[in-house]
Amino acid sequence: MTHDEILQRVRAIVLDRLDVKKDKITETASFLDDLGADSLELTELVLAVEEEFNLKIPDDQIEKLTTVGRVVLFVESCLASSHNS
Amino acid sequence: MKRRVVITGMGVIAPCGIGVPAFWESVREGKSGIKTITILDPAPYPTRFGGEISDFNPLNFFEKVEARRLDRFAQFALVACREAVTGSRIDGGVPKDRIGVVFGSGMGGFSTIEEQHKRLLENGPRRVNPFLIPMMIVNIAAGEIAIRHGFKGPNTSMVSACTTGNHCIGFGLRTIQCGDADAMIVGASEAGITHISLAGFSIMRALSTRNDAPQEASRPFDKGRDGFVLSEGAGALVLEEFETARRRGAPILAEIIGYAANSDAHHITAPCPDGDGARSVMRLALADAGLKPTDIDYINAHGTSTQLNDKAETAALKDVFGEHARQVRISSTKSVHGHLLGAGAAVEAVAAVMAMREGVVPPTINYTNPDPDCDLNYTPNVKAAHPITHAISNAFGFGGHNATVVFKKYF
Repeated sequence: MTHDEILQRVRAIVLDRLDVKKDKITETASFLDDLGADSLELTELVLAVEEEFNLKIPDDQIEKLTTVGRVVLFVESCLASSHNS
Repeated sequence: MKRRVVITGMGVIAPCGIGVPAFWESVREGKSGIKTITILDPAPYPTRFGGEISDFNPLNFFEKVEARRLDRFAQFALVACREAVTGSRIDGGVPKDRIGVVFGSGMGGFSTIEEQHKRLLENGPRRVNPFLIPMMIVNIAAGEIAIRHGFKGPNTSMVSACTTGNHCIGFGLRTIQCGDADAMIVGASEAGITHISLAGFSIMRALSTRNDAPQEASRPFDKGRDGFVLSEGAGALVLEEFETARRRGAPILAEIIGYAANSDAHHITAPCPDGDGARSVMRLALADAGLKPTDIDYINAHGTSTQLNDKAETAALKDVFGEHARQVRISSTKSVHGHLLGAGAAVEAVAAVMAMREGVVPPTINYTNPDPDCDLNYTPNVKAAHPITHAISNAFGFGGHNATVVFKKYF
């Protein structure tokens, strides 16, 4: 899966769960500051990403996933390592 | 002296109509809202019909994301409240820290609990919805109403099975009477047509099983009654201190002049056979209103269509009203909208107020075979023109809870 494909799927997840305009969901957008998510919504997003890409995000990683772009990079690295193994 | 309390707004969502005009027309004309259940597959259950609000589309009332985070019972509560609040024009008319909320439910977010419990068992604890708890708790309806409208006054919920609606009205009434708030949004909501609820009420043989004729299943006081009909929906009232309402030119729909609550202290589900608790609560409510039994023109009975309730309630009515029990107009609008459990008394309050305003007693439909144990004038099958100055509405619930509200026409 390419970076752009992952980005589009993450954007779709965010669009489906947060009350925001599509053009706000950029790679640099912060979930809390730019997209207005609260902590429950953040948890919901994390679970949705896990289901979408069939992976598990460790609790100590969750707090680092502050922007759309960071989630995309995290997914990319997970998918890459699963392909390598 | 107690402060006077009036009703300045009403809202309802029920199986026989969304919105007060549609609801009242069905109730007045005796048009049943009972139908085969479609929101879940009822095939496994002995009862396969109910008072389902089949034409309810949450997206007509909420944004998509918003709708997904509200259990059906909270959606009903917000829909009913929006109508009541809009009609009362209270938003902007009374300071928000003087407006409170008492909104209850018998069961709360049952369907959310069922769905998420299934996910827990099938997918594990990391797959349950983070919004599970705030979606299912009974008090979330009261919380959501305050959040959406900014009402910062006293805010709570009552949970007392089928008495919930009257307890909420009574608590709101007292809150205004004692000066803790100038207005209270009161009511109750229920979305109890779910698997666990159908299974539970069925196994205790509480529900009618008249599957071949759902619209004839809710038949309060009729000899052929065989249980209540499970329904869903919500009713909401805006209660307001009289002078506050008058000063701002609010639409005053009726006055609430009395309330009482007590307990049977008898059995978890069965009423006192001689109607003792019901008798006492009606007497207490009349005393609270300063009225004699002969002052009452209309009784919106609890009338569930179960053998035990209708017989005990009739015995209590005869004791309280004596000879007047045969003159006073009585009806159970549950014959039309079924039993909304916690929300029952809330929608029945709307029916009682509309009956007073129009001088029309709504009928008890499906009344065809008189029962010697239920021999009063239940306004069988067709509405009756009848001037109503004072009306009472009864509610009795599992656990032995009883509550009666007394309404007065506003001239």
